[in-house]
Amino acid sequence: MGDKVTSMRQAVADLVRNGDTLAIEGFTHLICFAAGHEVIRQRKRDLTLCRLTPDVVYDQMVAAGVATKLVFSWLGNPGVGSLNAIRRRIERADPEPIEIEEYSHFGMVCRYMAGAADLPFFPLHSYTGSDLPAANPRIAEVIDPYDGRPVHVVPPLRPDVAIVHAQRADAEGNTQMWGLLGCQREAAFAAARVIVVCEELVDEEVIRSDPNRTIIPGLIVDAVVVEPGACHPSYVQGHYDRDNRFYVEWDAISRDPATLAAWLDEWVYGTEDHAGYLTGLGEERWASLAPGGPAMSAPVDYGRYG
Amino acid sequence: MNPPTPWETMIVASSRQLAGERVCFVGIGPPNLACGLAKRTVAPELVLIYEAGGVGARPARQPLSIGDPTLVSGALSVTSMFELFAYYLQRGLVDVAFLGASQIDRHGNINTTVIGDYQSPKVRLPGSGGACEIALNAAKVFVIMQQSTRSFVDRVDFVTSPGHQGSAQRGGGPAVVVTQLGVYRFDESGEMVLAALHPGVDRAAVAEHTGWEMQISPDLAETAEPTADELRLLRQELDPEGVYSR
Repeated sequence: MGDKVTSMRQAVADLVRNGDTLAIEGFTHLICFAAGHEVIRQRKRDLTLCRLTPDVVYDQMVAAGVATKLVFSWLGNPGVGSLNAIRRRIERADPEPIEIEEYSHFGMVCRYMAGAADLPFFPLHSYTGSDLPAANPRIAEVIDPYDGRPVHVVPPLRPDVAIVHAQRADAEGNTQMWGLLGCQREAAFAAARVIVVCEELVDEEVIRSDPNRTIIPGLIVDAVVVEPGACHPSYVQGHYDRDNRFYVEWDAISRDPATLAAWLDEWVYGTEDHAGYLTGLGEERWASLAPGGPAMSAPVDYGRYG
Repeated sequence: MNPPTPWETMIVASSRQLAGERVCFVGIGPPNLACGLAKRTVAPELVLIYEAGGVGARPARQPLSIGDPTLVSGALSVTSMFELFAYYLQRGLVDVAFLGASQIDRHGNINTTVIGDYQSPKVRLPGSGGACEIALNAAKVFVIMQQSTRSFVDRVDFVTSPGHQGSAQRGGGPAVVVTQLGVYRFDESGEMVLAALHPGVDRAAVAEHTGWEMQISPDLAETAEPTADELRLLRQELDPEGVYSR
């Protein structure tokens, strides 16, 4: 194993390939915008983007032309409204069509579970009476061999690459996170290659001091990128709050393709890396996102044995 | 105190539906306010569960999304989404869940996917999120939505979350729909019935805002006016920005 620490530029260049199925997961929390921006900067093409909730970062990526397909369960700008670039592609094929494959949240979660556990499909109690299976024939029905009743199943999702963000990791990629976990663990185990992006690189002994908090083991991690602030405008529990103002601003930016293109020029193509993006954001805006204060957990005692 | 707006009446009427309920699956916006109000009035024991994984949340500020960090700090538990959907929802622990809808029809079928044809939609809406499995696995489903002839339609363009026909598992369609005009329930055949009119609303207004001939309950009631206490809690504690009081 050993040291997997690298730059975002190098990790994306080495591990994300044209035509890949890519999952940048995170549910409101821990959405790694910096990774999405680097994929745009490197002008990757023909990606299938997977995610329960394609939000603003996928709108940016789709607008930048990196994706030809979306796999998802909820398509919107949370608390604000629509993803305008994605909607233009779906409703008007503007500037070109995009293929979609649609599930419900639990369906997507079960797809990652099947991928992570190497199962042929995953059964769930959903979809009965819904038009979703008609819209997406990959949502199928099988007969339960034990009681003879039909049950819906979804196929495994095995991304070529998963990119997950976390509060801390060690150099081997042993990764600890807290707060809303979304599908980070399932997406990582389901993927062929894994990039972990963290706020803080810690010594292995820090990881070993609290093994229950290790969500992703270094065993499945290919690269570790240390990139504080990488989730803006999403958030990292205990580090910085969600920049809700940006989500509102994005609605206006993304309504007009020219304004959107200018935004990408300034904030993505026009910045060397995420540090450049944060410099543009300014210290004042960044300081406004600090939590109101600490909320420490009570320590737990694992005990010494031997 | 200013009289309640239609939005406020809708939120207050929804909160009262939660009397006696215990485990509630919450959505953001009006459902979140209704649950917050219910916890302070008719249902102090309410355990709030958010789709993003927060269980027994104790928000110190109004969450702006279902993934707000204030739903984590101080919560009873934070789960992965698999645990939340499998162990809590599918296992049957959820007593009541709130859903929104862009369209609903007379049988309580809900559409949040597309307006128009699925393959070439006029308007692409967000999609199911967790709504489809919530509709099928929560013991009771409450719907909060704005009512108009565009949203109360004879037949939804797409069934995202099934209503009262077909072989629904647990919930078998929404129990209650609350709009800015009234409260609706479903009769034995699974058809929507006007159960209560909000103060100042008449049957003609309901007919004007419905895309089919709405059945009227023989026991048609009137929603009690929001109390001064309910409005104070809503305006001062739950919606201090006044998003819903304008």
